[in-house]
Amino acid sequence: MRHNSSQLGYKVQSASIEGRGVKLEIARSTVLKPIGDDSSSHFRLVSSPAIKFEMTRKLGFAFLLLAAASICEAAAIFSPISEAHRSAALELFSPAAGTFSSLEEATEALRTFEVLGIEIESDLKDSTCKSAVDALSSGSPNSKDLYYALRVSSVLQCKISDGALTGVALRLKDFVKDAKSLLDFYYSIGGLVLIKDQTSEVDVLLDDADGIFRSVKDLSQSDGKWRYSSNNPESSTYAAGIALETLSGVITLKSSDIDGNLIDALKRDVVKLFDNIDKYDDGAYYFDDRFVDASGHQGPVSATSSVARGLTTLASTSGSLNIPGDKILGLARFFLGIGVPGTGKDLYYQIDALASLDQSRVLVPLILSLQASVLSISSQDKLKVKVTTVLGSTGPPLSVKLMQVFSSGSKDASIINQELKFDPKEAVHVLDALPVGVDVGEYVFAFEIVLSDPEHKKIYVTGGRTKVPVYVTGVVKVENSKVEVLESDSVETQQKLDLPGKNDVALTANHLQKLRLSFQLTTPLQNPFKPHQALLKLRHESGVEHSFVVNSGKLFETTLDFLGLVENFFYLSGKYDMELTVGDPAMENSFLQPLGHIELDLPDAPEKYGPKPEIAHIFRLQEKRPPQELSYAFLGLVFVPFLAFLVGLLRLGVNMKNFPTSMIPAAFAILFHGGIAAVLGLYGLFWLKLDLFTTLKTLGVLGLFLMFVGHRTLSHLASASAKVKSA
Amino acid sequence: MVKPATTKDDAHALFHSLRSAYSATPTNLKIIDLYVVFAVFTALIQVAYMAIVGSFPFNSFLSGVLSCVGTAVLAVCLRIQVNKENKEFKDLPPERAFADFVLCNLVLHLVIMNFLG
Repeated sequence: MRHNSSQLGYKVQSASIEGRGVKLEIARSTVLKPIGDDSSSHFRLVSSPAIKFEMTRKLGFAFLLLAAASICEAAAIFSPISEAHRSAALELFSPAAGTFSSLEEATEALRTFEVLGIEIESDLKDSTCKSAVDALSSGSPNSKDLYYALRVSSVLQCKISDGALTGVALRLKDFVKDAKSLLDFYYSIGGLVLIKDQTSEVDVLLDDADGIFRSVKDLSQSDGKWRYSSNNPESSTYAAGIALETLSGVITLKSSDIDGNLIDALKRDVVKLFDNIDKYDDGAYYFDDRFVDASGHQGPVSATSSVARGLTTLASTSGSLNIPGDKILGLARFFLGIGVPGTGKDLYYQIDALASLDQSRVLVPLILSLQASVLSISSQDKLKVKVTTVLGSTGPPLSVKLMQVFSSGSKDASIINQELKFDPKEAVHVLDALPVGVDVGEYVFAFEIVLSDPEHKKIYVTGGRTKVPVYVTGVVKVENSKVEVLESDSVETQQKLDLPGKNDVALTANHLQKLRLSFQLTTPLQNPFKPHQALLKLRHESGVEHSFVVNSGKLFETTLDFLGLVENFFYLSGKYDMELTVGDPAMENSFLQPLGHIELDLPDAPEKYGPKPEIAHIFRLQEKRPPQELSYAFLGLVFVPFLAFLVGLLRLGVNMKNFPTSMIPAAFAILFHGGIAAVLGLYGLFWLKLDLFTTLKTLGVLGLFLMFVGHRTLSHLASASAKVKSA
Repeated sequence: MVKPATTKDDAHALFHSLRSAYSATPTNLKIIDLYVVFAVFTALIQVAYMAIVGSFPFNSFLSGVLSCVGTAVLAVCLRIQVNKENKEFKDLPPERAFADFVLCNLVLHLVIMNFLG
C-alpha cells in the first residue's frame, strides 16, 4: 500500500517497516505515531480533522495489517564514541618498530586518529610521510599504492611538490584509461580526487567522465549490489559502497556534464540497495556480505561501512538521496552497537563510517543515551539523558520528552508525555522526578526527541521514539517478620524478628511440629515486592545444610513440616542455625542474615545399613549311633557262625590229604594260598587307607601272580586226580 | 491196632529220610553246604543288627549283606559245578570250578570293600 503525499494531502515522511514479510510504506510523523512495544505493534491515530474522512477506509485497513505485522523493537542503549574507543585505537594501531607496516594500515590508523582527535608523534609522522612520498615517486605500477600514499599524505599534510603530484596525476589518468575492474577504477579515481583536494594547481579533470561513469555503472546489478569486474559474477555490498565512492569521484572530476539520467539511475540503485538492508531487533540496520569477496572482505562491519562512506560521498557530490531517516539512524546504531571492536580494521571501519554519517548531507543521526541506567529511589537519583551525535559532540537544540513507561514483563504502559528539563551546563536533559507509579524494578522508558527548529528535520534524524531500559532500585522494607513453631497448626512458640537487622532466636522443635517463617516485603511506594531470591537455610552443627525457598504471595512464608523432612535431614538431631537470604538486583538492601538457631529432636535412624545378625553355621548333627557295647557284642556275634563253620568242618573230617607233597607243587600250593591271603590283605588295606587306584594297580600285579600260581597248582591237582581215576 | 499217620509222625519220618539221604552226599559237597549256611547266618546276624540300630550307614549294611549273600551264591554255583551227579557239568574239572569260585569271590570282595566305605 502506498500513500503518496498528493493522494492524502499531507506531508509524509515515509518510513518503511518490515515485519513478517509484509512490507508497508506507512505515513509517519504527523499522522501515525508508532507505539512499538515488545511483541505487537499498535498504531495510535492522532486525529487530524481535515483528513479524517480519508483515513477511515485506507488507513483502517493499514491499521489492521499493521496489527498483524508485529514489529519487535527491543529496548537497547546505544552510547556514542567515548574514551574507550580512543584507548582502543591507541592500543590497536600502535605501530611496531616505530613505523606502520604498510600504507594501507597507515591510512586506517591515521584516519581513526584523525576522527578521534588523537595526536600523532612527529617521528611517526615524519617516517610515514617519507614512505608515502617514496611510494609516490617510486614509479610503482600499482594504483593501490599510489592511492594509499595519497591518502596518508592528505591526512598528515605531507609536503609534496606540485611537480611530483602532476606526475602522479598523469600516471593515475593512464590507470583510469586502462582500468578494467572496479578496484582499478576506485584506486585511480580516488587518487585523483585526493590530489584535487590537496592542490588546485594540478590538472586532474577527466576527459571522458561520462564514459567512465557508464563503464563503472555497467558493473551494477539489479539488486543494488555491484560486481568487481565484468567477467567475475561475484557481487557484494562492499563493492557497491566502493562503486558509489568511485562514481561520486567521477562526478567531482568531471570536465563536462554527465548525463543527468545516469545520476538519477544511480540514485535509484542506491535506494534499491537500501531496500535489501538487514535489521536487528533493536533498530540497527546493516548490510551483510556472507562470503569473502574478491578483495578479501567479509562481514557486516566492512560492508556497512563501505556503503555508509559511499552513500555520504555520493550525497555530498550530487545532492540528497531518498533514503529513509530511520535506516540512516539504523546504520549509526549498528556501528555504535558494536561497542569497541577488537581488531584495527574493524575499528577503522566503525570510526570511518560514523564520521561519514556525522558529516553526511543525507541525514545526520542523533543518538540518545543515558548517563546512568540505574536509578536509586533512596538516593533520589534523577534520570539524565544526553542527545549527541555519533561522535559524541553536542547536537542541535532540541527537547526530550518521556512519552511512556513500560514495566518489564508486562505489556501495559503508562502514558506520561513529560518534558525533560535541559541543563545547559552539563548538556543533559534531566527528569526531575520519576513518574508516578514507578517503583523498584526494571522498566523501559520510551523517549521522544523533538527538534526545536523544524528546519533541522531535514538535516538530522532522531528516530522518533527511542526505548531504553532503566533499572530502578530502592530500599525494600521488611515488615511483620516472625518465626513460629507450630504444634499441629496451633502456634506453640512465636518469636518476632527484626529484619533485615541482626537476630538471634532460640527455638526447639521435635519432628511432629512445624516451623513457620513469615514476613512482608514492601517497596518505597508501598507495593508488595517479589524478590528474585528468598531462601531459608538450616545448617546443622556438623555442617550439613538444607535450603528452602520462601513462597511468595500476599505474605512471604514458608512452613517446614519436620515430619516429612526427617529423612531429608538424615535423622540428624541437634542444633541447626537458621539463615534467611532475600535478594534482588533492584533491592538495595538485599540481605543474608542469620536468624538464630533451632534445636531439632528427630527420631533415630533405622539401621538400614548396620551389620546383620550373625549366622552360626549349624553342622549336620551326628546320626544317632548305637552304643559301642552293642556294636562290639554284634561284632563278636558275627564271628560265631565262622567258628561254627570251622567246627562243622572239623566234624566233617576235613583233611589236607590232597595237599601236594613233592617240593615244587607244594611250593606252588603254598604260594597259591599265600596269594589269596595277600589279596584279602590288600582288600583290608584298601578299606583302611588305600585308594582304589593303588589297590587296583597292586591287585593287577597280585592277580597275575595268583593266576599263574593257581593255574599251576590246580592243573597239578587235576592231573593228580586224573591219575587216581585212571588208576 | 495201627495208629493213623499223624503229621507229627510224617514230619519225623521225612526228617529222618532227609537226614539219611543227606549223609550220603560226598564230603566236599557237605563242606560247601556248611559254607553256605555259615554265610547265610552271618547275613542274618547283620540284618538283626540293622534292625536294632537303624540303617545308618546304609552302604555298609548293604555291602556286608551283599558280601554274605554273594559268596553264598557263588558257593552254590560251585556246588552245582562240582557235583558229580550233575550231568551238565560232567566235563568240567572241579579244579576249574574252584578256580572260578575263587576268582569271582575275589572280584566280589573287591566291590564289597569299595562299597563298605
